[in-house]
Amino acid sequence: MMDVLTWGQIFTRILWQLLPVWGALIVIFTLSIAFKRRLGLYGRIFDSTVGMIGFALVMFWVFIAFFADMIITHDPYSQVSGMKNILPGMPVKNVKEGVYQWYLLGGDHLARDVFSRAIMGAREVLIIAPFATVVAFMVGITLGLPAGYLGGKLDVGLSFGSNLVLAFPVILLFYLLVTPSVQESAIPTTFAAILFLFPILFLTLLFNSRYFTNKAQRNLYVGIVLVFGLWAYSGLAFNADPLGVWSMSPNILNVFVSVVFVNSPGVFRIVRGMVMDIKTRDYVAAGQTRGEGIWYIMLWEILPNARGPLIVDFCLRIGYTTILLGTLGFFGLGVAPDSPDWGSTINYGRRLLAIAPHPAIVPALALMSLVLGLNLLADGLREESLKD
Amino acid sequence: MVVFVLRRIGIILLTALTLSYIVFALTNLPSSLGKLAKAEGSVRMSDEEVARWLDENGFGGSMVWRYGEWLGLAPGWTHTDEAGVTRGRCLEAVKTSDTPDAAVSEYCGILQGYWGFSTVFKQPVSEVMARSLAATGWLMFWVMAVMVPSSLILGVLAGMREGSRTDRALSGVAIVTTATPEYVSGVVLIALFASATAGVSPVLAEWGWISGKTLFPGTATSAMEKITFMNFFLPVMTIALYGIGYIARMTRASMTEVMTQQYIRTARLKGVSFRQVVMKHALRNALIAPFTVIMLQFPWLLNGVVISETLFNYKGFGWTLVQAAGNNDINTLLGCTVVAVLVVLVTQLISDIGYVFLNPRIRLA
Repeated sequence: MMDVLTWGQIFTRILWQLLPVWGALIVIFTLSIAFKRRLGLYGRIFDSTVGMIGFALVMFWVFIAFFADMIITHDPYSQVSGMKNILPGMPVKNVKEGVYQWYLLGGDHLARDVFSRAIMGAREVLIIAPFATVVAFMVGITLGLPAGYLGGKLDVGLSFGSNLVLAFPVILLFYLLVTPSVQESAIPTTFAAILFLFPILFLTLLFNSRYFTNKAQRNLYVGIVLVFGLWAYSGLAFNADPLGVWSMSPNILNVFVSVVFVNSPGVFRIVRGMVMDIKTRDYVAAGQTRGEGIWYIMLWEILPNARGPLIVDFCLRIGYTTILLGTLGFFGLGVAPDSPDWGSTINYGRRLLAIAPHPAIVPALALMSLVLGLNLLADGLREESLKD
Repeated sequence: MVVFVLRRIGIILLTALTLSYIVFALTNLPSSLGKLAKAEGSVRMSDEEVARWLDENGFGGSMVWRYGEWLGLAPGWTHTDEAGVTRGRCLEAVKTSDTPDAAVSEYCGILQGYWGFSTVFKQPVSEVMARSLAATGWLMFWVMAVMVPSSLILGVLAGMREGSRTDRALSGVAIVTTATPEYVSGVVLIALFASATAGVSPVLAEWGWISGKTLFPGTATSAMEKITFMNFFLPVMTIALYGIGYIARMTRASMTEVMTQQYIRTARLKGVSFRQVVMKHALRNALIAPFTVIMLQFPWLLNGVVISETLFNYKGFGWTLVQAAGNNDINTLLGCTVVAVLVVLVTQLISDIGYVFLNPRIRLA
């Protein structure tokens, strides 16, 4: 029988378990600080303390998600009898040879290791949140640019649509969109079919307008985008990838699509507002006089000049998406019952808060620190990009 | 001004109409209706029986027609079975109202004041909504009473002297609270103050400072009858914390901007005390932006209300919404949507109008 660990021992053992993360953080920080003058906006994060703290927190969780298999001490799904709601640092009962001998942060209501589940939960969040945000940005940019630049009926229609979504209470929307009966219907696939088209559309327009005068290069880039894009599209939206590389479970697709749907109107609004401001500048007028196409002006004259606020918003929005995913898990929407994601772990843990708070507190603090890191990073970026 | 307000009200009504139709369509999916039929009828119904049940209970016909019935623009459904008993939407409306003997009208939708009957709460939706909105109204009132003054004070204190130690400390607190969604702050607060095994309660109980096992109760169910500091503190703080950080940051940004203005420097150089400058010259101009932010916080507060009420089992609007959505209670969900959307849009309108009053430089056509 092993001894119960003290808090100090638990802490050192967790630090030890996270060794690959520390290594990776040290490598990335030394390299980045050494070459920060040559790394553009990314390098300037290391000029601000706030930005560095934020970046460290975010990368901490990214590396945890990356090295999760090495870090976890137990299988996050397996239940060990006698470990139900056990306190942090308790030894595992009837331990076999070669198995980690403690539950570092205790056991949950189904006697699973809280520490390993929190680590694995990082992976769940960090796989969906950044990609959903990227897709939401492409939707928002592709629609916001013409709405702001051309104005008129197009703008009125798109703005009304985005205000519709923004006026909807998010939780109600989730309850309507992420339910089994919706999952059975064609709605998620239809949404996915529309929303996933935007990244392809965006990249095609981007390269087509840039290399319009150089047909050979244009055909190459647009060709690559179309081949890869449509290949991924067939797999992700319709689950019909002939090679079987791209696929998404109906659950994840449903969650992904809803999160993108909720986020894109916000991006649309920001892009539209900035385009309306930037389009009055002289360099845009100069471009128009040179006879540049409207998509070239929008994507290569206006968009690069709006990048500062967009990058800041991107960081904030990943945080917001993390919160939304947590909300979904908290209400038990669109997640498998034994999923280790932070939201649903908090949901199960909260029912036992009075007797065993640790199963809920650990993922709660994890989620908070990730969002905090993203907010700090956004603050640092904003500070640095304002210095121009 | 009047034209502006009328146009905005027109857009609000159009938005509410579109959104309620979307919700209507999403809650009336064939598979949900099948489930409803089996829940209300019997579990072992065959597909044909389900179809007949739906037809006899007013779920036949086209979606648009049924939406019209709900709105009160189309006559309500009626069905007479073999025994000659007639049932119908409007008959139900009269039967469940306060005057069961009144004449049955042909139209009965929300335009006529009938919101339908809740399948979960077994009550007319209007009663369910009135009860839950009253409960949530109190919650919102206390959230506002805590959130607005504290966040404005924090923001003004931080923005008064940019870069000072107070500023850095307060901004730090603000950024942490904005990174804490309600389900995290709620769980942390319960663990800290309402858990018998963790946080401060066991220590306090050992010292004999509190009579019970925990400092605060972990639920707010008792607040439905009587609101006290003890049962309302945690749910209110759960919602308010996020908003405090957010509004404080906005106030700070606006305050720092005002403090760099020429007229502030002029006033200082004329020898007005710092205190006077802040109170008389800076404050009014600095509070325009936070006002808009506070008003636009309402959609987010609505989220907070849903989470906090679920967490603390307080049977208000958010709790009702979760119950209705979880059980596909179509009428209650539609009622919740209309109320939520109207709250969001009306606060947006108020923020626009208020902005004009607070900032005399802006004129609306």
